Amino acid sequence: MSVELDVFVGNTTIMDKEVYQLWLNGYTVNDAVKVRIEGGVMEECEASAEVLLSDTMDQYRTFQMCERLLHHPAKLANQLLFQIPPDRQAMLIERYYAFDDSFVREVLGKKLSKGTKKDLDDVSTKTGITLKSCRRQFDNFKRVFKVVEELKGPLVENIRQHFLLPDQLARDYAAIVFFANNRFETGKKKLQYLTFQDFAFCAGQLINNWTLGAVGKTNNMMEDMDVDLDKEFLQDLKDLKILITDKDLLDQHKSLVCNALRGKTNVFNEMEANFKNLSRGLVNIAAKLINAKDVRDFFIDLVEKFIEPCRSDKWTSIDMNLYLTHYTNSAHILDTFKHHAVWTRYMGVIKSCILRMYHD
Amino acid sequence: MPGKLKAKIVAGRHLPVMDRASDLTDAFVEVKFGNTTFKTDVYPKSLNPQWNSEWFKFEVDDEDLQDEPLQITVLDHDTYSANDAIGKVYIDIDPLLCSEAATVISGWLPIYDTIHGIRGEINVLVKVDLFNDLNRFRQSSCGVKFFCTTSIPRCYRAVMVHGFVEELVVNEDPEYQWIDRIRTPRASNEARQRLIFLMSGELQRKIGLKVLEMGGNAVVGYLQCFDLEGESGLVVRAIGTACTLEKISTFPATATHPNNSSPSKDMKDSPQAAPSTLGCRSTHSSPVHSASSRLSQGFSVSVPTLLFAGMKPRHRSSEVPRARQCRQVPHDPHDLVTTLPRTCHPVLHWQTAMTSPAPLPFSCQSNLVYSLKMPLTNQPGFGEEAPGVPLSSGPPTPLRAQTFSSFSPSKSYSRQSSSSDTELSLTPKTGMGSGGSAGKEAGPLKALLRQQTQSALEQREYPFFTLTAFPPGFLLHVGGVVSARSVKLLDRIHNPDEPETRDAWWEEIRQEIKSHAKALGCHAVVGYSESTSICEEVCILSASGTAAVLSSRFMQDGPLDTEHRFEEVVSPGCGFCHIPYDELNIPFPAQLTYCYCCRRYKVPDVLFTTIDLPTEANVTGKGCLIQARLCRTKKKAQGEGNATAISSLLPFLEYELHTQLMNKLKLRGMNALFGLRIQISVGETMLLGLASATGVYLTALPSPGGIQIAGKTPSDITYEQHISTMQKKINDTIDKNKELYEINPPEVVEEIIGSPIPEPRQRSRLFRSHSESSDEVSELDLSHGKKDAFVLEIDDTDAVEDIHALLTDSPTPAGFYSCNTEIMPGIQNWTSAIQMFTSVRVFRLNANLTNQGLNKIFSDLCENLLKSLYFKLRSMVPCCLCHLNFTVAIPEDELIQVAVTAVAMSFDKEQPLENGKQSGEKTLIKAITENDEQLQFNLELNAETSSHNPLSSPKGLSEVGSHLSARDRCSSWIEQLKLKAHTIRRGSVKTTSSLEKASPLPEGRSRSLRSNRSYSGSSVAVVKMTPLSFIPGAKIIKYLGIINMFFIRETSSLREEGGVSGFLHTFIAEVFAMVRAHVAALGGNAVVSYSMKECVFMENPNKNQAQCLINVSGDAVIFVRESELESTSVQTQSATTHTSNGGEGT
Repeated sequence: MSVELDVFVGNTTIMDKEVYQLWLNGYTVNDAVKVRIEGGVMEECEASAEVLLSDTMDQYRTFQMCERLLHHPAKLANQLLFQIPPDRQAMLIERYYAFDDSFVREVLGKKLSKGTKKDLDDVSTKTGITLKSCRRQFDNFKRVFKVVEELKGPLVENIRQHFLLPDQLARDYAAIVFFANNRFETGKKKLQYLTFQDFAFCAGQLINNWTLGAVGKTNNMMEDMDVDLDKEFLQDLKDLKILITDKDLLDQHKSLVCNALRGKTNVFNEMEANFKNLSRGLVNIAAKLINAKDVRDFFIDLVEKFIEPCRSDKWTSIDMNLYLTHYTNSAHILDTFKHHAVWTRYMGVIKSCILRMYHD
Repeated sequence: MPGKLKAKIVAGRHLPVMDRASDLTDAFVEVKFGNTTFKTDVYPKSLNPQWNSEWFKFEVDDEDLQDEPLQITVLDHDTYSANDAIGKVYIDIDPLLCSEAATVISGWLPIYDTIHGIRGEINVLVKVDLFNDLNRFRQSSCGVKFFCTTSIPRCYRAVMVHGFVEELVVNEDPEYQWIDRIRTPRASNEARQRLIFLMSGELQRKIGLKVLEMGGNAVVGYLQCFDLEGESGLVVRAIGTACTLEKISTFPATATHPNNSSPSKDMKDSPQAAPSTLGCRSTHSSPVHSASSRLSQGFSVSVPTLLFAGMKPRHRSSEVPRARQCRQVPHDPHDLVTTLPRTCHPVLHWQTAMTSPAPLPFSCQSNLVYSLKMPLTNQPGFGEEAPGVPLSSGPPTPLRAQTFSSFSPSKSYSRQSSSSDTELSLTPKTGMGSGGSAGKEAGPLKALLRQQTQSALEQREYPFFTLTAFPPGFLLHVGGVVSARSVKLLDRIHNPDEPETRDAWWEEIRQEIKSHAKALGCHAVVGYSESTSICEEVCILSASGTAAVLSSRFMQDGPLDTEHRFEEVVSPGCGFCHIPYDELNIPFPAQLTYCYCCRRYKVPDVLFTTIDLPTEANVTGKGCLIQARLCRTKKKAQGEGNATAISSLLPFLEYELHTQLMNKLKLRGMNALFGLRIQISVGETMLLGLASATGVYLTALPSPGGIQIAGKTPSDITYEQHISTMQKKINDTIDKNKELYEINPPEVVEEIIGSPIPEPRQRSRLFRSHSESSDEVSELDLSHGKKDAFVLEIDDTDAVEDIHALLTDSPTPAGFYSCNTEIMPGIQNWTSAIQMFTSVRVFRLNANLTNQGLNKIFSDLCENLLKSLYFKLRSMVPCCLCHLNFTVAIPEDELIQVAVTAVAMSFDKEQPLENGKQSGEKTLIKAITENDEQLQFNLELNAETSSHNPLSSPKGLSEVGSHLSARDRCSSWIEQLKLKAHTIRRGSVKTTSSLEKASPLPEGRSRSLRSNRSYSGSSVAVVKMTPLSFIPGAKIIKYLGIINMFFIRETSSLREEGGVSGFLHTFIAEVFAMVRAHVAALGGNAVVSYSMKECVFMENPNKNQAQCLINVSGDAVIFVRESELESTSVQTQSATTHTSNGGEGT
């Protein structure tokens, strides 16, 4: 005797959050049943394993049927097949597009191509996330990327509207798209200590300050305005080189910063000793950003040229903040330094990125 | 040219990609009605085309409007090859033909393809301009309203209930036509869908004509079914109850009064007002039965048992069936009464010939039957009666059973033949007049009135009603369940225009039902339904209903005033339980006792019915779903041999189902079944029987005794022990169940039970003093009186099985209740959270199972299905699964299919129920308690007036009347006091809990969410679906028309679609979606009385193919939340738009 067919269809589609999560996590039906049994739902509801299996299968089937709608979340709201209350729809979408930080760290900045997808089984083994779940997350990235690529207007807003995602999630996706588009290197060993949220924060800074959309020069209707960095700005960044190439300027800058810092920090000596190196590092990064290849190395450069030296000198975050504040401000006092706007735009982002990235 | 149909194609969306190259579609639309077709332009390269067509106009006869659906086909234009069909939409025009229903169909409708399912949506506008038809020989019946709801629809009032209407049409099944071999599956499916649409349209029109002929304007309880007879054709048949309905002006009264609180005063007057209307309408000879709805809360009387009908295999050559002897031999002298020499009409002879071979209306009364054993082994076919089964051949003496029938000189038991009965009925009338005993004054008059009702009803062909709930005062007494089955061999329908054979089959069965009702002393059958089960060429036709006595007050020619008095005085809560048959001529051995409510009339010990629990019934505790399940193997056979084998099995199947039901009922400590539905399904190698009903404890009926197990060989000690442990288990279960369902009969009853036998006996003695002959019988009855513990003999294999079945039924998990009726007794405070669902399971059996093995499997299948449902719906707890409707089928040799449709409804746990007092009173008390709990005085006063209202209001009570009601008052008064006490005690608890209740309901939450969050393009209106006739917490303000849809889905890529489960899951979801979309297009926001009448699933996994047919129906309505009604007392129209725009998310 065997159950040949077993379906349950409600006028309002019934979806169990817990099972949905198991499905999203890529559990097989049997594994999901095991997890649920361990969760104690059976005792709670006087159910048997059989009932649980039937319920799980049924839910899985429902989710599979819904999945194609979830690919275009806007469709979920005006499709007729499933009657799902709006709060449920929101939950379904949000969870479907949620991702694991450990997974996203693996693919952040990589090209969202078939090649990368093929390597997902390695990612799966490494992160312990099921391959199925990895694929879903990867496909989500790719889908969002493709859709946004062709849209005009602000990135975060586009993502939020097109995929009906909550604000935070939309921002995360914007970061992922931004990273994928600019192919920032994030996988190097030296960058391993950084979390996705660190990068997402930095991406937010870059999007808000360094892209075309950021300056408001555009009429809000340009393609890729938030995805690509402002070429003009990158060009202008080269002018900052004067800060390190002009010896007077460099010394003047150093003395200004040192005067301001003296007595306010325990690592003053190290700061003073390293000033020229650090300054050179930051300005060189700025000057090179015009090359796409160097853009990719932006984060690794920040770490190597600035964060690591400071860390070896045991700066605290407060020291860092203090230093960067004075370093930025002092440049404006330099008489021969003319590029104040560019400097502010550059250092604002650099400062917040470094501060965010400066941890263990 | 009486009608102009106009259609406009606006747009499409979500269309499938038809052109691989461009990933787009060049779509256009064909609009077809009858033989006329229009086309839109091609909208190139888009998945969301905007056609915005002109209005396509079809000038057609209204006859065609009723028969034909509007057919919309969406196609992909292809320059080089034939255009590809994307899919179709069939639109039923019928709702637009009735002025009171919808006026326009407008909205997004799914484009459906039988192979691919839903493929996008199309936005259409459809209107109809109807011209008045002055032709009196017209063939159309536009304007007749149809309702699936089996009660008077909520916003209507019944002016008259005319009675039974039926019709059937037959045709060849396109699937079996020769052309099917050369056409594609799609073409074949579409031909079938279209044909069924046409046939049901035609059927509806024909039924409508009958209704008009009777002077009605609506059909209530419309039940339409398909018989897929395979080679022999396709039958579409329908039954219903013709009524004259009147719309209740929606606003002022109803807005403030929710459901039951009928403003009794003004309604009271309506019966008097009715006659004038009736007079005008009586244009045709058949007696018209009228009922004005909401008269009062009056109700009366009932009876117990299931009356089984005989089965008769009728064969192709309708030769005289064999074995017609022996039927009339009674076994128990007490059942036998002297045969009156009667004048036999020729008609009678003919009828006897027709029905007597079918004879076994063996009625199994519980207590006796159990100790009896049926010789299962050498069952001599349907011809012989199973020995020991009491024969029911009690004549329906037209006396009211409880009128102390001291006189019954006229005994006969020719239960068939309506003519002779009518004649006989004259005798007791005179007899009654002289036989002066207690109920004297009432006697003769009553008898007379009764007779009039009866004769009037008898004159009509079938005094049947498909209603299951009635306007107050309509249903007086319930006799018990009557059912009839017959096994037929299907033959090809040669001439579709003459469906006589099928008609004759049903006629036979209906006659039988009618005669069974008579045997129970009833003149009408209510809660009537018909069904079939087909396997190859064998077809089982079944009909069942509840024998009842209906109020003659509604008879058009009855003396209304007098009757009014008598009927009104019977206490509403128990009246319907009082037996309608003559106590001395009980058609089956029943134990009668005096009613535990009024102490005045006799009631049976158990009552089975197919109707819903009357709202005013006095019920103790809560109810529950009770199912009897049975599986019997049978040998494979062909033709007549097969039919004979099946018909010989059927009586046993029914008998055992009945036994199981009775056992389970007792095990739950209950004494009545409502909504009983017995389904028998036939397969090649087995028969399945599934009986579902809702058990309750009727306060009026005696408390059921326990179940006693008796061993056959008392010498063996271990055996004794075995028995005693079993006994203990059973006793424990009964106790547990009583606790679970809160069955603690009111103490009023207990007190009197203190001296149970002497008192009633004395009384009966007194009444009976004149009739020596009958004394013996009554004595005997009463001696049975108190020992109702019923004996199960354990040696009996059946009994072992029964006990096993009894104990394997697992109780419903905490927080859940279940019933298969509309109302769950004891739960009133529903929240607005409802969830309708359909669940289907198919089991594959191993070959060579024994009966016991099969039984267990089948029973487990049903139990597990229920368990799964409880688990699925656990988030709704506390909740009740209402209208649990199981259907079983045997789609293939070793497959069992069970489909369930039901609705889960949440309720507030607080405010548990007291005994089943009238809900009006309850709401009143509740309201008072909430307002002001200290004012006990106030409360008492209020409760009293409200409850006495129905009793005291009829004007001009006769002496007898007041005498009776005084008694009623006495007993119910004590209950009321108790009730009040309870309410007061609970008062404080209630108020606090109502605060807790304030936590947001799922619905409220979702609504607020929606308003906070705006989704782009969220345009889908929420449509609720429910198999019930109402929506809790809401008021139905308009019925938009009937939804009756038939879909076929087929696939040849079963695996790719997720196997059989995936395939069916999608299909059912699609059917729901299409129902919702059509309702929304009509302007509605809910479907009530929804049912899935057919779900035929066939698979061929080897070929990777499957096919499924689904037929659903219901009433499209607009509802408004009561809260919204109260807060904004807007006009109906604005309220309508309000809800349709912002439906809630459940």
